[in-house]
Amino acid sequence: MEAVGRLRVGSWRGIRTLDRTLPVWIGASLFLIFLMLLPLGWILVASFRGEEGWSVGGYVQVFTEKAFLRAIWNTLIISFWVGVIAVVIGSLLGWLVTRTDLPLKRTIRALVMASFVTPPFLGAFAWTLLAGPNAGLLNKIYRSLTGSEEALFNIFSMEGLIFVMALYSFPYVFSMIANVCELISSDLEDAANILGASMWRVALTVTLPLAAPALLGGFILAFLHSLSLFGAPAILGLPASVHTITTQIWALFQYPPRLDLAAAFSVPLLLATMLLIALQKKILGRRGYSTVGGKGGERRLLHLGIFRIPAFVLVLALLSLSVFLPYWILLKAALAKAWAQPLTWDNFTLENFKFAFFQYGDTQAAILNTFKLGILTATVGTVVAALIAYITNRQLLWGARYLTFFALAPLVVPGIVLAVGLFLAYARPPFVLYGTIWILFIAYLTKEMPIGFSQAETTFKSIHPELEDASRILGANRLVVLRDVTAPLARAGLIATWCFIFIGVIRELSASILLFTPKSKVVSVVIFDLKEEGQIGVIAVLGILLLLVSFLVILAVQWAARGEILATRE
Amino acid sequence: MKKLFSFLLVISLCSWGAVSFAQDAAMIEAAKKEGKVIWYTSLALPSSTMIANLFMNKYKGIEVEVHRTGSQRVLQRVMQEVSAGIKNVDIIHTSDGGHFVLLRKKGLLTKYLPKGLESFPSGFKDKEGYYFGMRATLSVIAYNPKVVTEKEAPKSWKELLDPKWRGKMVTAHPSYSGIIATHVQAIVNLYGWDYFKELSRNKLHLVQSANDPAGVVASGERPVGANGAEYFYYKTMKQGNPLRIVYPKEGIPLVVSPVAIARDAPHPNAAKLFTDFIFTKESLQAMADLEGLYTGHPDVTYPKDKPKLKELNLLNVEAEQLEEKNAEIKKRFVEFFGA
Repeated sequence: MEAVGRLRVGSWRGIRTLDRTLPVWIGASLFLIFLMLLPLGWILVASFRGEEGWSVGGYVQVFTEKAFLRAIWNTLIISFWVGVIAVVIGSLLGWLVTRTDLPLKRTIRALVMASFVTPPFLGAFAWTLLAGPNAGLLNKIYRSLTGSEEALFNIFSMEGLIFVMALYSFPYVFSMIANVCELISSDLEDAANILGASMWRVALTVTLPLAAPALLGGFILAFLHSLSLFGAPAILGLPASVHTITTQIWALFQYPPRLDLAAAFSVPLLLATMLLIALQKKILGRRGYSTVGGKGGERRLLHLGIFRIPAFVLVLALLSLSVFLPYWILLKAALAKAWAQPLTWDNFTLENFKFAFFQYGDTQAAILNTFKLGILTATVGTVVAALIAYITNRQLLWGARYLTFFALAPLVVPGIVLAVGLFLAYARPPFVLYGTIWILFIAYLTKEMPIGFSQAETTFKSIHPELEDASRILGANRLVVLRDVTAPLARAGLIATWCFIFIGVIRELSASILLFTPKSKVVSVVIFDLKEEGQIGVIAVLGILLLLVSFLVILAVQWAARGEILATRE
Repeated sequence: MKKLFSFLLVISLCSWGAVSFAQDAAMIEAAKKEGKVIWYTSLALPSSTMIANLFMNKYKGIEVEVHRTGSQRVLQRVMQEVSAGIKNVDIIHTSDGGHFVLLRKKGLLTKYLPKGLESFPSGFKDKEGYYFGMRATLSVIAYNPKVVTEKEAPKSWKELLDPKWRGKMVTAHPSYSGIIATHVQAIVNLYGWDYFKELSRNKLHLVQSANDPAGVVASGERPVGANGAEYFYYKTMKQGNPLRIVYPKEGIPLVVSPVAIARDAPHPNAAKLFTDFIFTKESLQAMADLEGLYTGHPDVTYPKDKPKLKELNLLNVEAEQLEEKNAEIKKRFVEFFGA
């Protein structure tokens, strides 16, 4: 009897002394689960909630009414072609940069990064100025060169929308392919070479099949990305009467709002995303190609020979579509009185900057909100992501691997769907966060969690537990270890996590567009508002501001990371 | 006796003036304490910020927060905030008279009679005293004279149905703009929904705000505006852009855009002060000067090269009808134009 009692006390004491930090881990986990489940639960509830009681009327209407069906169909067509084009451009560039002797590879990588950082809605806006059928500068040049009456390209069309979305989706494929290409060893290629295959045949029959899973994975990633975009379809699709699922959900919020339909319409988007992510995991997780994955083997560069310069020109041409041309037109629109006229002294003005920064109160408040939210979300997000990644990586809790699932779950929730859920959850008493920047904070935190988590996870994977074990043996508890040992080692990785989240936040539009109120506007929303009123110069100014800040942050990361490498070498 | 009488009259007039002056001073004092007024407006950004700045110069220490978006978005914002129990907006201004019928019916407005409204025409006043017309906008046709000659240019709404304009026109959207919602209802009253069904065959470029077609026409992106706010066309033309306005003889939709104070206005005194200011000659004249906006004030003068409202054949739409048809207008427009 006494023995049992002592045992109980002992084990109770054991828990206390062993793991006083347990509440932190459990708290972080519960927070994450709460963050994910609440909005999704609300969507499900609201989708079955008609005007009078429970019904499946919402679903019936969504899947029978022509306008809704057309939006679904448009979305599928657009996303499919975006996926295809993104794979072609992304894999070509990824392969050229990693496996050939293309000149200026670092610069090209930086430019791909620039396309990645450019918010698609900003790219879409810039392309309306470049390729509007009549006033677009490229079409004007084309007409004056050929004397033709017709436009070369009408950006306000399904094709135009696909084109622009592909331009800002291909970096996803690029990074995937570039990673895989760096892992494929040259052994197999050498074997084929020895057996007499030509250089191109090797590329087509050996390298390409080895990269095939990554290509398919990249396709799905680009497909998903375009599925969730809101700004580009709204800017390029709506003027040409093309609705997509996201713009349709947004339209359902107009007065009188049909939240039941918006929720019901979110569910297919959610399911489609889940399905595709599962598929992608299956394809990439199979790793049937043993050569991919190891770091062994030697990798040699392919000599492009006479194709070296033409390939370089082609790459630059592609990147000019996503970077040079849009940036140039934005700069011009920001500095010109009439953007369609040549930028002469008479046409030069700083009025747009003055209006954006000093006269229009909305922009000042929005800039402030955006940076507040960026810093706040990035900081809290990094801490939470690091805690969760630490738990899953070191298996601190039972069921830790299910946490991975929750941390990555927002990947399957398109921004606008998340926003519908959050609006349902937090726009009515008792939890009224709507009307404050906190609802945006929660949206951003949720949305950026997968990126933050995977970044933090990779970081912790590379830090061996031995060092932690050493200090724990010496008596430090987990949190102290995390703070004093692990975090300093993970510094560069965590700074990168912070920056990724920050950049993700300041360019966010698809969730913000449903969650902002005039009191809690952010820059992306102001840009969208101004677009609807046709204030081109001011939009350009704000767009340039977003880009500049993003680039500065990236430079800061690189600087921090380089400092880290130097430090470890010492 | 006569002298005494006139003396008394002077005294009473003076004291009445003093009383109202004292009331004014009290209101200004209270407004300054509130320090802020929040204005949800569909008035074009340059004009709305100008009025806000005029007010802030006159009443130092009271900040005007301008939140400009389309009429329908303003209503959406207001209703979403009401349903979430958020009290943010002080003054509501949209171009859709129907909105104010709706808001009044739902009891979401404060009854307030701004100063000097007695001399305004009746079309600018709500009979029940909740909202008043700040400006009158016309929805007109416009064209780019660099692309379309005056002879070719469409002279009437009906001419826009001609297939020769296919792919050459731009329209704003009734799901965004109150001016366009009123425009659509006015034309439907004239020609029925078949007009828009036929018009949509000409593949119009869709923009949102009634101000946006001006830029689209001026840049030549689409040489003809099938509708749009006349004041913004006029302003764009005056800035030296290639643009001409056509006032169709069949009738021109007249859009009276009301202002009202929200029931739960967080800054009620500042809201009253700003509403009074909006209806002063000073503010309305500035609007008329900047972009030739029509107002209800009898003393405001308009640019010489603009037609007088009296000379035009105006199409009025009852606010009650707009409220009733709000959903139908948007739905059928989307049906015909696809988005």
